[in-house]
Amino acid sequence: MSQHSPGGLLIILGTFIVALMLSQIPLPTIMEWWRPEFVALFVIYWIMALPQRFGVGSAWLIGLMLDVLKGSVLGINAIALTIIAYCTLLMHKRMRMYPPLQQAVVVFLLILLNQFIFYWFQAIAGTTGGSFEFLIPAVVSAIFWPWVFVLLRSMRRTFKIS
Amino acid sequence: MKPIFRGGLPRLSFFLLLLIAIGLLITDLQGGSARSVRSAVSVVLTPLQWLVDIPSKIADKISVVLVERSALIKDNNQLRSSSIVLERKVQQMMVLRAENIRLRELLNASAWVDDKVLLTELIGVNPDPFQHQVILDKGSEDGVFIGQPVLDAGGVMGQVVEVSLYTNRTMLVTDGRHALPIEVVRNGMRAIALGKGIHDELDITHVPDNADIREGDVLVTSALGGRFPYGYPLAKVISVERDPGRKFMIVTAKPLAKLNNSRYVLMVGTVPEIEILQNNQTVIGSEINIEIPPVGLSNTTADSQ
Repeated sequence: MSQHSPGGLLIILGTFIVALMLSQIPLPTIMEWWRPEFVALFVIYWIMALPQRFGVGSAWLIGLMLDVLKGSVLGINAIALTIIAYCTLLMHKRMRMYPPLQQAVVVFLLILLNQFIFYWFQAIAGTTGGSFEFLIPAVVSAIFWPWVFVLLRSMRRTFKIS
Repeated sequence: MKPIFRGGLPRLSFFLLLLIAIGLLITDLQGGSARSVRSAVSVVLTPLQWLVDIPSKIADKISVVLVERSALIKDNNQLRSSSIVLERKVQQMMVLRAENIRLRELLNASAWVDDKVLLTELIGVNPDPFQHQVILDKGSEDGVFIGQPVLDAGGVMGQVVEVSLYTNRTMLVTDGRHALPIEVVRNGMRAIALGKGIHDELDITHVPDNADIREGDVLVTSALGGRFPYGYPLAKVISVERDPGRKFMIVTAKPLAKLNNSRYVLMVGTVPEIEILQNNQTVIGSEINIEIPPVGLSNTTADSQ
């Protein structure tokens, strides 16, 4: 616990490159709303695990990258991820204590917020599909959360990132 | 010894970052200088997009290698026959085009310049369901510019909204932010086709209740927006609904381009300025430089002189 491992930052960055790629892999049209919000999940995990290393600023930067990658209006993802990061920071101590199911519920609420922020700002920029399909990712992300959590935790432990 | 929980909440930086992001959002919505931020970041992220595309490229290669011989022969025959049919059409086209040029000269209309096209490969589809966009593998290095029309074999696909060095991002016509001036082929009635954010559906807006538009009408670009060349097919009307309670009809159309599964697309290079016929317009027609193929056309060119 005495020192930040120098490789740690690289590994965190690596996980985000994977998350950005996962958010880019094409899915068939029917499945397009069923993609979990991997980047948001990873942000939630790293803030929960290492709030002293990964904070609101990093989330903002990742959000900006996601904006450019997705081609959405610049700033939407940055806003959404910053707000999510802040909310996670508010309750990261509690979240660590929760059993997986309860964590998944919190994650569901956070991603729900994320999706609503998207929807509102998208509505400012132009029309949207008009159905409630945009809430599906919140459910799917909550289902994926335990696996993301276990995966990233084992990674953090093997590489001793702190 | 480090304390386990250090510091309070970063309230200040949180609000500052939010403000910066909102500032970016506003400048981007107004089409301002946020574009340079975007293109700078996208150069860094280009390798990522290529990386994502690798599996589908490999799958493509494998499927090319593994095709059966009989399928290839069948394919080849089909292509050969369709090429003969198309060639016959082109033969007629040449005569028609020459005639058209002569008539346009007579009318003092500006010339119909042949569009230059750039064959492009699609390297990515925007996974964000809020956006209908594709990523193509030509960028500013190849002379791609913002607003450049993109077509596939069926018709208009969309236009370029973002250019980085080696790739560009094309907004499809079905995106909720896209609008395109069109006209009905049958009678030349003008309207605007709006994307709805729904796959394979377009809204034709502000069509008066008594307008002559029917199911099955083909809509082509009208070039009035100044971005798209005249006469590329866009969509086919699939439903016309007259509601006596409304001022306008509800007209829905389906794009003719295969927005979801074209891998090779065309980018139209030069947009000819088709000017609206005006009697005292200066003639640009004398400076036409269309390369008329020598075959089969010598007669008509001789006639015109």
